[in-house]
Amino acid sequence: MHPAGSVIIFTVASGLGFGLLTWLGLGLPDTVGWAAFWHYAVGFSLAGGGLLASTFHLGNPQRFLKAFSQWRSSWLSREGCLSVAAMAVLGLFAIGLIFFRVSWQPLGYIGALLAVLTIIATSMIYAQLKTVPRWNHWTTPILFLLLSLGGGALLAFQTLAGLLLLALAGGVQLLAWYLGDGRFQQSGTDIGTATGLGVRGKVRAFEPPHTGNNYLLKEMVHQVGRKHAVKLRFISFIMMILMPIGLLIISQAVPIVILALVLNVIGTFVQRWLFFAEAEHVVGLYYGKR
Amino acid sequence: MTTLPQSTQKKLGLVIDLDTCVGCHACVVSCKGWNTENYGAPLSDQDAYGAEPSGTFLNRVHSYEVQPEVGPAQLIHFPKSCLHCDDAPCVTVCPTGASYKRQEDGIVLVNEDACIGCGLCAWACPYGAREMDQAAGVMKKCTLCVDRIYNENLPEEDRVPSCVRTCPSGARHFGDLADETSDVSLLVASRDGMDLMPELGTKPVNKYLPPRPKDVVPEFDILAPYLEPVAKTQKGFLGWLDKALEKI
Repeated sequence: MHPAGSVIIFTVASGLGFGLLTWLGLGLPDTVGWAAFWHYAVGFSLAGGGLLASTFHLGNPQRFLKAFSQWRSSWLSREGCLSVAAMAVLGLFAIGLIFFRVSWQPLGYIGALLAVLTIIATSMIYAQLKTVPRWNHWTTPILFLLLSLGGGALLAFQTLAGLLLLALAGGVQLLAWYLGDGRFQQSGTDIGTATGLGVRGKVRAFEPPHTGNNYLLKEMVHQVGRKHAVKLRFISFIMMILMPIGLLIISQAVPIVILALVLNVIGTFVQRWLFFAEAEHVVGLYYGKR
Repeated sequence: MTTLPQSTQKKLGLVIDLDTCVGCHACVVSCKGWNTENYGAPLSDQDAYGAEPSGTFLNRVHSYEVQPEVGPAQLIHFPKSCLHCDDAPCVTVCPTGASYKRQEDGIVLVNEDACIGCGLCAWACPYGAREMDQAAGVMKKCTLCVDRIYNENLPEEDRVPSCVRTCPSGARHFGDLADETSDVSLLVASRDGMDLMPELGTKPVNKYLPPRPKDVVPEFDILAPYLEPVAKTQKGFLGWLDKALEKI
């Protein structure tokens, strides 16, 4: 799949933002007044900014309001509705903390739950696709959730929780890579079933329908950069998981937590780029490609 | 709503005969022509006369080589367009309700006025049937020429999809696949019509007729014994040359 910048920024930034908002909704850290203002400002900018970035890849973004209508069937629509609901509820909760110095905690819990559901809905946009066997697996939502809550915990200075969540995320990430590498093969879909001609012999794409490029190839048969995938996996795993964990074990001083967070975010960007670049769509089979 | 109808009264669709398709791409050209001049946003091209031309098409013809265990390889031309699936994954992923499957005839359509151009339906389709138009920013797909098949301003023989009307080899058939007595249903039954990627559970309406087995030329030939090479081994000068060269 084509690793579009807007979608990478969207999933990383809004994931981190809703991760932070989840902790804030739970009352961790327990702040009021200006301290609360800055926490929520960061949370809302990341969550809202990420959502805004996601509109940059739309063909007709001016019609975005219609995207809130199909929550009964579409994960993308659910994600939109849940994100707005989470931000509205937590916005009210934040108003209480910032301006009235009171904690309407039930509101915070509801907001935290909505933020978690938003992260899950985002990941389900990808995990629901049977056409991309690597994504179509339970590790996708679990990994998105753990990374978002782990990064959010670092932002909320919940270092112990952050440490544990990142360790868990690391384990799930390794499992996702290990299982993901075999998913396409195991799906049973190949050029033989794609053309229905597999029962007759060995099928080979002889001539493509067009000599130039097209939307399908650019969007779904993106093969550029896969050759560096192994190196990038090492880089992302070290920066996203190992280095932040190592730093947090050594010290939990504020500059160290910030450094761990920065490394984690950079690593997550690399991980998210790989998430798209390594994903193979079955439509590539029609072109004799993966 | 982007939920799928429980069932559709008709299942209009195409039956494509891989045995008779000659790979001329006439259906591709006629589809592009009709759907650029009629319903919805035109099918745009980018850099059409430049170094890297590309464009939106609703129908494309691939060609595959099939090598059986024994015997010569076979070349099969393979037109591909929207299969108007009963369980269309492209419809349910749509966040705006722009994608829908019609209850009355099963045609899968895009309401272009509601499409935000997010591209998720194209990701959900295993067949590459949907292409985002780069000029209009909306998703384009085969409409089964919905503006032809019910169009009473056209002569009756033209009330079929443009690709079907154009095909010079009779490889494309249009009809109601829910009606077991329709011509297309009978054709599918008699020729073992098949689904593409059935394991993905999309339940495509369009069917493909596999190529018929090749004729086998009988080995028996009454004159063959008389046409056997007479001289098995060379004699004379050529025989000497053969031996001499072999010794080197």
